[in-house]
Amino acid sequence: MTEFYGYERPDGSVGVRNHLLVIAPIDCSYEPAKKIAEQVDGAVAVTQTYGCGADSMLVHNLVGTALNPNVAGVLIVGLGCETLTGEMLLEQIEPSGKPVHNITIQELGGTLKTHERGVRLLQEMAQDAAKLRREPFPMSKLTLAVECGGSDATSGLAANPAVGVATDLLIDEGGTVMFGETQEMSGTQQVLARRAVSDQVAKDIYKIIETQESRLRAMGVDSRWMSKGNIDGGLTTIEEKSLGAVRKGGTKPIQGVLFNDWDRFDKPTKPGLYVMDGTGWDVPSVTHMVAAGAQMVCFTSGAGSTTGHAIAPVIKVTGNPQTYAKMSDNMDVNAGTILDGSESLNSVGRRIFTMMADTANGRLTKAEALGYHDYIVFKRSREAEHLLGHC
Amino acid sequence: MRKAIQIDYRDNVATATGDVKKGEQVEILSPDGKVILKAKPVDDIAFGHKLSLRKIKKGEEIIKYGEVIGIASKTIPTGEWVHTHNVDSARLNTSGEEVKGVTA
Repeated sequence: MTEFYGYERPDGSVGVRNHLLVIAPIDCSYEPAKKIAEQVDGAVAVTQTYGCGADSMLVHNLVGTALNPNVAGVLIVGLGCETLTGEMLLEQIEPSGKPVHNITIQELGGTLKTHERGVRLLQEMAQDAAKLRREPFPMSKLTLAVECGGSDATSGLAANPAVGVATDLLIDEGGTVMFGETQEMSGTQQVLARRAVSDQVAKDIYKIIETQESRLRAMGVDSRWMSKGNIDGGLTTIEEKSLGAVRKGGTKPIQGVLFNDWDRFDKPTKPGLYVMDGTGWDVPSVTHMVAAGAQMVCFTSGAGSTTGHAIAPVIKVTGNPQTYAKMSDNMDVNAGTILDGSESLNSVGRRIFTMMADTANGRLTKAEALGYHDYIVFKRSREAEHLLGHC
Repeated sequence: MRKAIQIDYRDNVATATGDVKKGEQVEILSPDGKVILKAKPVDDIAFGHKLSLRKIKKGEEIIKYGEVIGIASKTIPTGEWVHTHNVDSARLNTSGEEVKGVTA
């Protein structure tokens, strides 16, 4: 069995990173929050961009990020008059046993005083967090999110199947994997439902895909459509197109669908493979899965991508050898060796699994080394969901 | 030599990793890189397109990714191009220029 060295948190979860998280509950306090985070080593600031209404979908994502095991401590920096208050976040983060502080600019009397107070709190947390030592844990403590963006004809042929081999290996070692982007599952209902561990999970798979198709129809889009470009590129049916995308999640039984709305924000409850009901927009999809507990992300791209994440390493894999040659500053793995037969699919999958273990041990991904901290919270429109009869 | 990849051991089709001209020999590799078939297709097979690993009878399932991606609409000999002209979707017909039968 493979081991990795991680940071144990008070709740028993294990981080692969030791970040401090600065949360601006609203964009009004994000600029000062960023300045505070810049002052202290290992700190990163995040916010959401839907205004200051206390929408529980936003709260779920921000709290989920704070509870992710890659976070050692949390500082909330609010303006003071927002409806989505720091207290709302604080009370849901505190039970984890992590250090968490909440300050507001209006109460402290401006941004300079807030900066001083915030930096002092972060400085103390940074000193304590640095005392933590990495200890050995089994790979079963790892939750991986898989994502794709900028797909091309090599994605379904090389990168996604190779990542699927790696995710199968992780699940064989007792780990947990989630894949999302519900709209890309269109056409795979029957296939995914057959892999469900129970009738209820199968029903849930049908439900999320049909619901997503109805959202797209409301915008005049039929997601079951195949473009001429898809067909010219060799994709014969919608099932084939969608299976090429979901193959990045591997071939294991599906333990459950992770729902999220205003009342619930599901996280995996036991090891294995999960389907996340989420957006097809890359960075928010990654943000959502990390908020649901993924300590690491595997991201496939045909055309190339720069994506990182505020608190989680993102390993980027391309199946296109030209893309790897052009964008090796950004892409971590070249799966394009499958195309010329110089390396087998299984061999590339094992190489990705080894990189996952190295990354869990602390090796920086290219996006991390370049300091990219992508973070975008996505939420659905409650009005639209109501009008569509989804809530 | 041109290659085509079987992505899952259960698949009865492989995907070309480069443009294959008709009559050109193509080597088909299993997921662990073993040569499982050498074929000389009677059609050009473009990069990303599929060819059959064995004779697939009309009405049989086309398997890729270890899953059913469609149904053979006619019998397909070994090593032949597999696409919309000889496969139908189990869910939505994509044969012909445009997708037919889409209902909102």
